[in-house]
Amino acid sequence: MPAFILQRFVQAIVVMLVVALVAFSLFQYVGDPVQLMLGQFATPDDRIRLTHDLGLDQPFYVQFYHFIVNAVHGQFGVSLRIGKPVSVLLAQRIPATLELSISAAILALVVGIPAGVYAGLRPNSWPARTALSLSLLGVSLPTFLIGILLILIFAVKLGLLPAFGRGEVVSLGGWTTGLLTRSGLRSLILPTITLGLFQLTLIMRLVRSEMLEVLRTDYIKFARARGLSERAINFGHALKNTLVPVITITGLQLGSIIAFSIITEQVFQWPGMGLLFIQAVSYVDIPVMAAYLCLIALVFVTINLIVDLLYYVVDPRLRIDRPGAAGH
Amino acid sequence: MRSLSNLCVAAAVGTLLVAAPIHAKTLRWASQGDVLTFDPYAQNESFNNTFNSYVYEALVQYDKKFEVVPQLATKWEQLSPTQWRFHLRPDVKFQEGEPLTADDVVFSINRQNSKRSMTKAYLAGVAEAKKVDDLTVDILTSGPAPVLLRQLTDVRIMSKAWCEKHNVVEVQDYLAKEETYAVGHANGTGPYVLKSREPDVKTVLEANPHWWGKMDGNVTEIVYTPIKSAATRTAALLSGEIDFVLDPPLQDLPKLKSDPNIKVIEGQENRTIFIGMDQKSDELKYSNVKGKNPFKDRRVREALYSGIDIETIKRTLMRGLSIPTGELITPQVYGYYAAANKRPAYDVNKAKALLKEAGYPNGFEVTLDCPNDRYINDALICQALTSMWAKIGLKVNLDAMPKAQYFAKINKRDTSLYMLGWAVATFDAQDAFLSLVHTPDGKGAGEYNDGAYSNPKMDALIDAMKSEADVKKRLDMIHEALMLHTQDIAHLMLHQQIIPWAMRKNITVTHSADNRLRVWWVHVNDASARQ
Repeated sequence: MPAFILQRFVQAIVVMLVVALVAFSLFQYVGDPVQLMLGQFATPDDRIRLTHDLGLDQPFYVQFYHFIVNAVHGQFGVSLRIGKPVSVLLAQRIPATLELSISAAILALVVGIPAGVYAGLRPNSWPARTALSLSLLGVSLPTFLIGILLILIFAVKLGLLPAFGRGEVVSLGGWTTGLLTRSGLRSLILPTITLGLFQLTLIMRLVRSEMLEVLRTDYIKFARARGLSERAINFGHALKNTLVPVITITGLQLGSIIAFSIITEQVFQWPGMGLLFIQAVSYVDIPVMAAYLCLIALVFVTINLIVDLLYYVVDPRLRIDRPGAAGH
Repeated sequence: MRSLSNLCVAAAVGTLLVAAPIHAKTLRWASQGDVLTFDPYAQNESFNNTFNSYVYEALVQYDKKFEVVPQLATKWEQLSPTQWRFHLRPDVKFQEGEPLTADDVVFSINRQNSKRSMTKAYLAGVAEAKKVDDLTVDILTSGPAPVLLRQLTDVRIMSKAWCEKHNVVEVQDYLAKEETYAVGHANGTGPYVLKSREPDVKTVLEANPHWWGKMDGNVTEIVYTPIKSAATRTAALLSGEIDFVLDPPLQDLPKLKSDPNIKVIEGQENRTIFIGMDQKSDELKYSNVKGKNPFKDRRVREALYSGIDIETIKRTLMRGLSIPTGELITPQVYGYYAAANKRPAYDVNKAKALLKEAGYPNGFEVTLDCPNDRYINDALICQALTSMWAKIGLKVNLDAMPKAQYFAKINKRDTSLYMLGWAVATFDAQDAFLSLVHTPDGKGAGEYNDGAYSNPKMDALIDAMKSEADVKKRLDMIHEALMLHTQDIAHLMLHQQIIPWAMRKNITVTHSADNRLRVWWVHVNDASARQ
């Protein structure tokens, strides 16, 4: 087990180096921050000087090398857009993104799994059919459209919920949370639904098809033959066996929720990392873009590791030592 | 005696403003981008400059007609063509209590002209600032500077003592590891005080109770929220969560106008949109014409110009919000000359004939570069142009990209045909000529003349207007240059943008041609209209 974790750790570092390298080679094509910082009346001398001061006249591998050396020392530089250290900016934004992502994931699991189980057990009932057809919408509508539709209905027409922002936040030792204020909670509702809807429908459809499959297997029939209660069969045996793919997908999707909250954050002006990133892209804020991409790579790598470890917990076959395996 | 009465007025105004919070008038407003920094010289971005002007003041400012009027300087005189004397307003205090003196002005000008300053351009031509006495400053220029006063409207005055105390004598170094104090703190002499700032969330300013001036408007608190998504901005205005939107999307205007709680005002911007052509290369980089450059031929330029159906662009793409023009500058800019505002009529047959005459009976192929997030409907206009020019026999390939990449590309002159828009920041024609029309010399002139149009007669006129002290003669030169620009077809002019601002019914604002919201002119009326 420790060897497994160590191996994953080394892999993680390699992945992140590759991500950073790819990012830096792409930064050559994202544009020129100097233009935006100096405005239209700057002299050519000023432009050349600033380009040189920022190191942008160096080849990308030199810039990459400096980035890595600084990153190893925990330095990610200063945002070219708002003049604050990148590490401080990211640290300020992480709470907003995590609160949104985790509420979206919880919404997806809490609604998605029971709905999927129900639809699997009673595939022909009308609620199951309705849920299934509605879920098509969730899978196919783009996130920004869902967000704007929700804003239109709940903020503009009904005036029930705020259209943008995070509401009032409370700071708990550097971690800002919107979960403790009424306006914070109200602000969380629409973005959570927007971000979670796709995952919700995905999980529901996945659980349903897995349930349908598992319920056809022999051991369920044996369980019925043994006279076990419906409840024990459905939840103790069937559901448990559908969980491995569900955990994989959910885990990977949590990574995507965090990484792709960009769109939801932009629609709702949610002050998370995704919004920071999208602003950075339009301002060619290279230090922020570089740090963000590496951080997202780290998130994916970490989640994958956790997912792998969870397999051990839910799937007993993986826990069996296989000394005889070499004999095959 | 005079200072005593000043004091009384100041005290009276002070009391009024102190009493004001009882009837607190909050203006909650939004636009796409955020304030970047409160160090007024650390970025030169139009919106950031606007926001800093709420806190920091300059020696002079614009009035509603863009005439230069006193701000921190009460009067000024020109001692010689290169020496200007400014008399400072007495009894002005910075928000943290330091009195304003000539030392602060000299310090600010030096700081803004220092190595790392991003706003040096506003001091172009300024050689030195010298203190004469506590309330008098001389500004020496390296040559005659007819636009100096207009440049100074964006030279904000900071407190020397404050900058020294907080270690911000130098402008922020973007390679350093830390932010500087001035990024998130401000201490100006202006009508508003920075209260709190959260990047990308909100920035709050409060009225300065000790401000020397008297405000036209009645806003006592400014809450600014950047909202990047256009649809969300519209929604927030409709739902009453914000009072004012600086940049409502054109497609939402009918919806906004039909809402009883919303009003939209439209004003002309001091910006023209036009198409530039590479008129220097011996062979166009992005074209199938080899061995020669068709855009060097005026007939080809006229053919392209005649092939533009500008009224259709106005009607369909701009929904009426544009003023077709043939002149480099807009009527709001000093030097505008109605006689130079001429464009060839839309005439496909004439365009074809001109192309044939120039030796391109079958047209040619060329790439049009275009931004897609900079001007109103920029990429759509370019798309329309490609199909209009197809009718006269050209095959135009469109290459549209975000502004961050676009300007880096065309400023390297890596283009054959491009779109550009230009707002004259100083409201004086000279700057448009210097940046867009003068032959590029690598030292600042012709910096945005991305097609490298060049005419010695034009250069002579521009160089002359730069140093002409006689107002009448200088105006004649500007008019002559504008005529020449139109006759040469140096650019294919399209239109002047009309900028809509949207707000709740109870808000009264003064539209500005430089698209800056001057909050001290804003009225928030008690309105039952607000939900």
